[in-house]
Amino acid sequence: MEKEKQSTPVIHKKKNSQFRNILRRFMKNQTAVFGLVIIFLLVIFALFPSQLSHADYTVQDLANRYSGPSAEHWLGTDELGRDMYTRIVWGCRTSLTIGLASVAIACAIGVTLGTLAGYFGGVLDNVLMRIVDILMAVPNLLLGISIVAALGNSITVLVFAIALGNIAAFSRVTRSSVITVRDTEYVEAARATGASDGRIMWKYVLPNALAPIIVQVTTSLAGSILNISGLSFVGLGVPAPTPEWGSMLSNARTIMRDYPLQIMFPGIAIMLTVFAFNLFGDGLRDALDPRLKN
Amino acid sequence: MIKYIGKRILMLIPVLLGVVLLVFSMMYFSPGSAEDYILGDMATEEDKEAFREENGLNAPFIVQYFNYVKDAVRGDLGISYTTKQPVADEIFERFPTTFKLALLSTLWSIVIGITIGIISAVRQYSILDHVTRLVAMLGVSVPTFWEGLMLIILFSVQFALLPSSGFTTWKHWILPSFTIGTHSAATVMRMMRSSMLEAIRQDYITTAKAKGQTNFIVVTKHALRNAIIPVMTLVGVNFGRLLGGSAITEIVFSIPGLGNLIIAGIKVKNAPLVQGGILVIALAMALCNLIVDVLYAYVDPRIRSQYVKPRVKLAAAKSATTEEK
Repeated sequence: MEKEKQSTPVIHKKKNSQFRNILRRFMKNQTAVFGLVIIFLLVIFALFPSQLSHADYTVQDLANRYSGPSAEHWLGTDELGRDMYTRIVWGCRTSLTIGLASVAIACAIGVTLGTLAGYFGGVLDNVLMRIVDILMAVPNLLLGISIVAALGNSITVLVFAIALGNIAAFSRVTRSSVITVRDTEYVEAARATGASDGRIMWKYVLPNALAPIIVQVTTSLAGSILNISGLSFVGLGVPAPTPEWGSMLSNARTIMRDYPLQIMFPGIAIMLTVFAFNLFGDGLRDALDPRLKN
Repeated sequence: MIKYIGKRILMLIPVLLGVVLLVFSMMYFSPGSAEDYILGDMATEEDKEAFREENGLNAPFIVQYFNYVKDAVRGDLGISYTTKQPVADEIFERFPTTFKLALLSTLWSIVIGITIGIISAVRQYSILDHVTRLVAMLGVSVPTFWEGLMLIILFSVQFALLPSSGFTTWKHWILPSFTIGTHSAATVMRMMRSSMLEAIRQDYITTAKAKGQTNFIVVTKHALRNAIIPVMTLVGVNFGRLLGGSAITEIVFSIPGLGNLIIAGIKVKNAPLVQGGILVIALAMALCNLIVDVLYAYVDPRIRSQYVKPRVKLAAAKSATTEEK
């Protein structure tokens, strides 16, 4: 082990130690680690729902509607006698997939817009930022609702609707981060060596402007999962019978006076997921903040 | 100062035009046409044609868009397809309800957020601080509509203390405003805490303490005055956001507010209503942000002093807009 460590090139070692510093600072933050653990569990649930619960989430048992928690149905059954635990576990896959896909799209577009605006400045910056202003001026949820209503209920439309709402935040965060990096000496040096604008942005500016963008990913994920459930709650989200926490809530709403537990579990699932991403993001922000080193 | 405000209002115009274009094109290009929704299955082709002609739906997209903008500038937002009333009237009939809800929620968020934020900062790293921070984090993670449903189960069903829907008496307002208020209280609390932590580390606090001032006076008089400024900005921005963002809570508590109206309009493709509603919300949010920015510049002496010299004025306005935006 010792020998291997010594033989690694110096540059690699330095990079590694910076990563390790961040990791060390992150691990000190207990609540953030707790968030990471929940996220890890959620990912496992999303990857192996049929192993961790029943393989078929549509099995109905009409004789056993609205039953309470029991050994057979851990969290009870819903209005069609479907197992709530199974549907919540599968709902995890729905939420995480749509959340990840839409944040990935928003991140790609937003970071591109933000980098261009921040790096070139001037007219381009002004035009791009006005477009972002337009997106910011409409509340995310109303934007999502009108897109889904216009283009129809499907998972693709939902991903697009949620992504569109997230683009503005990504481009703003990226732009302000790029502006702080743009005028540094190493960027100047790269330009002096004749590197093209594209290369400078990709190789020198973006890697150094990355920290706030990473934090934005976790914040956006949390917000997106909330928005997905909100859209499903108004009936404009994931089409049935795909299990989704928000639509489970909306189904249970009419009978909540008699069966409050039906409302409880899906809500806790949403809250816990969003909570985990928020905790993780908060810890990440502190760990990546160079002012808080040591 | 006036120049700054004027510039900000001018910059609002392209944004609002863009918002209209965005919503307009979404409604225009979506499958299923308004006449099918409004006239129903029984309508004949002639009826539909007459409806399209009456509402100007046969013109090309660009013409429709410019006609809409031209009318909107004069305050005419079109006629609602379902009720046949002017959209502007319908919106302004609902707006006070949403405004009141936002106002009450903001009150909750100020009272809860600022008090807990101060206590948490003064007792940093105490158990109380850890607990309140975790609760605040939970507060931003809870879907508001779920929180609303849980509060209904608890206070209307279990204890039968408060009504679950409607908006006639003050009792009706408690649950909805608390639901939304706690959500923004969580953000206010976090901002208050970090701002207060910064303030109590300043030299003038040490001076005040050295004078022999009591801890309570130091915190409430010296530190709070400086720490509250960024928090007030957040409260203002939150208020603007609530004007458009409390739609789902309005549905949960059956409050006939603007958000409820728009969502109902979206479902039946009532294009004039949806466009008008979203336009009004965007305008209200933008005006709110503008007022917050102006007040911010006015309240903070460090920024106000920049406006005294005319040369610096423009530069400050420029940096303020680029940073805030």
